[in-house]
Amino acid sequence: MLDEKLISTIAQEVMRQLQEKGYVILPDKQYEAPLSPSGEIEDITSQSAKAKPLLTDPCDMDSLLRMKKFTNARIGVGKIGARLNTQTMLAMRADHAKARDSVFTDVSPQLLQRMGLVEVQSKCDCKDTYVTRPDLGRKLSDEAVDTIRRSCTANPDVQIFAADGLSSSAIEANLEKLLPILTDGLQAKGLKVGTPFYLRYGRVAAEDHVSEILGAKVVCVLIGERPGLATAESMSAYIVYNAYVGMPEAKRTVVSNIHKDGLPAVEAGAYIVEVIDQILQQKASGVDLRK
Amino acid sequence: MAYSTVLGGKKFTFNSVKEVLAKANEEKSGDILAGVAASSDLERIAAKQVLSNMLVRDLRENPVVPYEDDEVTRINQDSIDSAVYDKIRHWTMAELREYILGYKTTENDLRTLSRGLTAETVAGVCKLMTNLDLVYAANKVRVTATCNTTIGCRGTLSTRLQPNHPTDNVEGITASLLEGLSYGCGDALLGLNPVNDTVSSLAEVLKRFDEVKHKYSIPTQICELGHITTQIEAVRRGAPCDMIFQSIAGSQKGNSAFGFSADTVREARQLLRERGTAKGPNVLYFETGQGSELSSDAHYGADQVTMEARCYAFAREFEPFMVNTVVGFIGPEYLYDSKQVIRAGLEDHFMGKLSGIPMGCDCCYTNHMMADQNDIENLSMLLASAGVNYILGVPAGDDIMLNYQTNAYHDSAAIREVLGLRPIKEFELWLEKMGIMENGRLTDRAGDPTIFTGRR
Repeated sequence: MLDEKLISTIAQEVMRQLQEKGYVILPDKQYEAPLSPSGEIEDITSQSAKAKPLLTDPCDMDSLLRMKKFTNARIGVGKIGARLNTQTMLAMRADHAKARDSVFTDVSPQLLQRMGLVEVQSKCDCKDTYVTRPDLGRKLSDEAVDTIRRSCTANPDVQIFAADGLSSSAIEANLEKLLPILTDGLQAKGLKVGTPFYLRYGRVAAEDHVSEILGAKVVCVLIGERPGLATAESMSAYIVYNAYVGMPEAKRTVVSNIHKDGLPAVEAGAYIVEVIDQILQQKASGVDLRK
Repeated sequence: MAYSTVLGGKKFTFNSVKEVLAKANEEKSGDILAGVAASSDLERIAAKQVLSNMLVRDLRENPVVPYEDDEVTRINQDSIDSAVYDKIRHWTMAELREYILGYKTTENDLRTLSRGLTAETVAGVCKLMTNLDLVYAANKVRVTATCNTTIGCRGTLSTRLQPNHPTDNVEGITASLLEGLSYGCGDALLGLNPVNDTVSSLAEVLKRFDEVKHKYSIPTQICELGHITTQIEAVRRGAPCDMIFQSIAGSQKGNSAFGFSADTVREARQLLRERGTAKGPNVLYFETGQGSELSSDAHYGADQVTMEARCYAFAREFEPFMVNTVVGFIGPEYLYDSKQVIRAGLEDHFMGKLSGIPMGCDCCYTNHMMADQNDIENLSMLLASAGVNYILGVPAGDDIMLNYQTNAYHDSAAIREVLGLRPIKEFELWLEKMGIMENGRLTDRAGDPTIFTGRR
């Protein structure tokens, strides 16, 4: 019987001979992801990675680069057979994964703790119910009604709350920057701002219920929008004067596209202060608001 | 009238045709949301069993929205060929299913049959079909239509090229358009979903589409999918336009929530026949999707498959060039996951064909439903096997304006190769002339949008 040492020696010799004859090519180093110009590993979902055409040898590279400047669509990606090449396929799947994670992951308790926000829940018992039962996401649970009655100031001029909606990433990315600016701005105008809180599994129209419970003049929900592949961090503010359950959707004033590549959170906070001020002065919102 | 059956030792009773139709549906979250779904798997099959024993006339005589209240019902009922209907009115729904599937029934027989079927009958027989039944039956029929070119011929698979842009930037749209053409997409349509539904914005993009179409002599159609009234106004002001588009619903109330009526569609068709840039005669494009009626509270307590079939009955009246279900766009409260989306895509395609309309499918999903790119690749393969007229194509599957995903430009080329399908003949000849396609396959040169600009 051959011992292990002998087998190993034979194997090494065979490999050496095969390599000499060119039958086997051994990798000379471990795999490393491509590096960006700054020497860091390049993220294939980054804007800079996507800006580079993957199509090799186009008729007119200048023209292709110009085309790519006009759109963020995934063009100039090339093909392998009649399929996407690996990087394009994986970048697309990665962006989709980010979008899905933002829908189905909860806002972290740390954020809520840091911001001192009371947490309440809609009538939905989980994310799954949330995405399939819009009617339940528009109502606060009985427990939530008790909690906000107990812990929030009644009859404020403005009641602000946050809701995960379809993107908790949007809340994680924007709320902490936006809320203090919004609250301070409104208080500086001498307005009575209610106690902000966080609503889990909340839809936009939950603000109508909140407004009725707390007797707010204006209600404003900061909510995560349905994510696209370009960004999963887009938040919107829906603002209503004298909201009530069953009111027409057209009475909502919307500030949308709040994220770092759209309307940045800090600017959005300052802008929403002005919008709410106008709404209170005119005692109207949505289509009833004169611009 | 009550309908009862015993199944698995249990008795099931249903109070109306509408209830039987709803409960006979495969499980859909939208039917659950509407409160009309079967409460157990066995009740679902019991409803199918009851449905299979109903007569064709039971379905015709019980439209889910009353004739007096609804123009979709009236259009549908008034268009039925009474000679065809009289032959089948005493058939059971099981007999109808077996007639459709049987070897003796030819493509022409099915075309004739179509003229005797109301939407409720089409939906009813659909509920008695398995997924493979739906593929098998749909594959027996081709429905062609002609605008500038003819879509739907056996052996073809076409694409609508959808070069959307988040700000309607015309150069950005053109970049995506040229990319798509370089992959052999666009034989069904070059069609944009605009962000700005204004006459001037529509006219600007249509003008660019028209320029590209003429500059490279592309045998295809152009359209911009604004609201029907905006498109009518753009054409009146001289915008080039081959086809007018509108999203449609299965009830008059649903259509009026979309802001139009049958008269608006008649007006659009007449206008295009006089002033459109296409040869015709088929100059309309409709989109549908299960659940849209419930979302505007226009479903009259009916299930979403039956309401969808009514869209096709409405569409048939106007002899469109293309109709597609945007099957996974509406979200998980109507179609929960890939299983439901795939089922709905197969149902819609089958029902469209059986209604006699040229049917395509936007095999798509949003990011808040339980589906991913693999699932819609599956669906597009299944539908291509079933003989779908067209699917969509967007850059790498990602629509950066509508924020959803559908088929990539690459997909139609791959599916054509796998299943031996070709683009519309004139378009294939054009692709060969441009060096994009050879013997039904993409060339090395394909996939380079600068083959168009490089020649300037």
